[in-house]
Amino acid sequence: MSDLGRVLVLAGGLSHERDVSLRSGRRVAEALRSVGVEVEQRDVDASLVDRLRNDPPNAVFPVLHGVTGEDGALRQVLDLYGVPYVGADAAACRTAFDKPVASTMVGSAGLHTPPSIVLGHDTFRELGAAALMEAVVQQIGLPLVVKPARGGSALGASIVRAVEDLPSAMVNSYAYGPVALIERYIVGTEVAVTVVDTGDGPRPLPAVEIQPDSGFYDYEARYTAGATQFIVPARLGPAVAAACADAAITAHRALGLRDLSRSDLVVDAEGVPWFLEVNVAPGMTETSLVPLAAEAAGIELGVLCRDLLAAAAAR
Amino acid sequence: MSADLPDVRQTRLDNYVDRYAARTKGMTASEIRALFSVASRPEVVSLAGGMPNIAGLPLDVVGSAVRDLVIDHGATAMQYGSGQGDPGLREQICDVMRIEGIDAHPDDVVITVGSQQAVDLVTRVFCDPGDVVICEAPSYVGALGVFRAYQCEVVHVAMDDDGIQPEALEQAISAVRAAGKKIKFFYTIPNFHNPAGISLSAERRQKVLEICQKADLLVLEDNPYGLLGFDGDPMRALRADDREGVIYLGSFSKTFAPGFRVGWVAAPHAVREKLVLAQESATLCPPVFSQLAISSYLSRHDWMGQVKQFREMYRERRDAMLAALTDKMPAATTWTKPGGGFYVWLTLPDGLDAKAMLPRAVTARVAYVPGTAFFADGFGSQCMRLSYCHPTPERITEGVARLSAVINEELELRQTFGPLPAGHGHDYDAPGPELS
Repeated sequence: MSDLGRVLVLAGGLSHERDVSLRSGRRVAEALRSVGVEVEQRDVDASLVDRLRNDPPNAVFPVLHGVTGEDGALRQVLDLYGVPYVGADAAACRTAFDKPVASTMVGSAGLHTPPSIVLGHDTFRELGAAALMEAVVQQIGLPLVVKPARGGSALGASIVRAVEDLPSAMVNSYAYGPVALIERYIVGTEVAVTVVDTGDGPRPLPAVEIQPDSGFYDYEARYTAGATQFIVPARLGPAVAAACADAAITAHRALGLRDLSRSDLVVDAEGVPWFLEVNVAPGMTETSLVPLAAEAAGIELGVLCRDLLAAAAAR
Repeated sequence: MSADLPDVRQTRLDNYVDRYAARTKGMTASEIRALFSVASRPEVVSLAGGMPNIAGLPLDVVGSAVRDLVIDHGATAMQYGSGQGDPGLREQICDVMRIEGIDAHPDDVVITVGSQQAVDLVTRVFCDPGDVVICEAPSYVGALGVFRAYQCEVVHVAMDDDGIQPEALEQAISAVRAAGKKIKFFYTIPNFHNPAGISLSAERRQKVLEICQKADLLVLEDNPYGLLGFDGDPMRALRADDREGVIYLGSFSKTFAPGFRVGWVAAPHAVREKLVLAQESATLCPPVFSQLAISSYLSRHDWMGQVKQFREMYRERRDAMLAALTDKMPAATTWTKPGGGFYVWLTLPDGLDAKAMLPRAVTARVAYVPGTAFFADGFGSQCMRLSYCHPTPERITEGVARLSAVINEELELRQTFGPLPAGHGHDYDAPGPELS
């Protein structure tokens, strides 16, 4: 057995991404067991606080996606009970989980970010939708992407190619949250770069190139095995690959993240990486990107998760 | 960009992606289905599941029956059995069907792994790819899944408060045949319909039978809820008035317990012979242990008394739901008033889309099944199925209040953005059977 002691993998929760989280949690727990770590996987519910107070684990691997898991709330609770955990602290999560805020900060650090507008549904209601939508399209241009300001797995996200499709896209986004991020659709190669730090500084894993058959990496393309082609390392020249790696490291540092993050980027025709968003609890399912990147780097997933836990426990 | 890096791996994370049968085309991840994972949490009032509420079962009686079964007949109960099913249970099933006017012989009955397998076997025996099955609009999601698996075309026919509309049925039969297509059967749930919650009236039953007889169209009568009516005696089954033209499907899942997975099909002789062979190729035999356990329960317990208890419990829940809907729902929302069974079918005000609204509902801690799950043709976006079978009356009231707030928010949003095109369905927009 490892010397990590008892480890808790937290997965599930009440967010829209519960199902994905449960699958990620199972995979992380299995990977950890395969390298001799004593693991318990459990949900986040009313009994968690008792557990943390009366029988705390040596470390926690939070694999909770979406609200509570990635917005810093759960991590604040773990901090309250002094339980070490893998990943960014509560304050950094609050920033990173809010896509517009994260985008602004990452942009200030020098990365390219798509021009965007952030609008709550209250604004549309109070000021009228038709004129506002017209102005949005004029400023951002088509095609554009609409997605909830907070959330993941592309839930509530749409690509808008014609102006008449914008109202549906807005309503679709607002079903998942009250604020929408509307940004220019950047044409190019979609890649994801994982950043890991097991105690010796953040380092990038090979970029994973994403080619969904449908042309849009939505929920179905993400979680239906076979629906997306992944190429790893991404087919980028050395300079572009290095630029993508630098972009992910820059985002990781600019947002004050630690241990593990995954930045989603688009590389345009000139080889410029554009930052789209960052994930502080990236997916670890059978069709997720971080395990693919680890494999390409020659790192066993269980070893990576164990080393991340060890680094967290040593803090 | 260049591709001169070594060791590039291209993968779809599915080694068999080019080998699947065409019928798996729609088997993809559904974000709606994933939301039902949240609905399983106790914080959420789930009006989505169809799980029978079997908390009132006399577990001591069942336990004693199962114990005796193992001790006294274990060698038989744990052995293979007949593909047609246990003869003793088939006799008891005939007694059950007699309550709804069916005069059947045990030889007419084939026991199946729930009535779901009966739908599968009948479809397997009758349908080639492209054949048409006529269904009510809406129809049972599990049956639609079977028809899709056998690559049938489903033609829906409108219903009203008395069940399927006979004129619409006649028109559909004519239109399909005029298009040169073969209709293999008309699939119907005449009692306390899932999901519509309504029953085919006595007058309509005769009319529907006449239409089908005249059109030489086989009827597949699926009747899992027939004994769960809240008022009066059970309705007379279609099969009771047409032995040759109606295949009848029954189930113990709602009158006893679904975990045993025992249902049955009563069919004309020639069909039955094929169903037995189809059953043997599918499972060799239905589970013997389950059959004998149910047989013992039926013979040792006042099972009709238990059904009566179930009815009273479901009636209380139905009443709670209808009262809450009347109290809370915004204007222009309509719903059916079921006289039995598990479900209310709710139609939202114009312009609302139940599927698009579900994430908002889950955030508000209430869940339902969007209407698109009950149509094979993408319709139903303005509707939803609400089940009252499992939550307590208090939880139902709370769930409807939450749903009402969600609908009001959605109305406001739709007013802001104006009329939008109706959403489309996904083949797997319904929860799995394990959701309460």
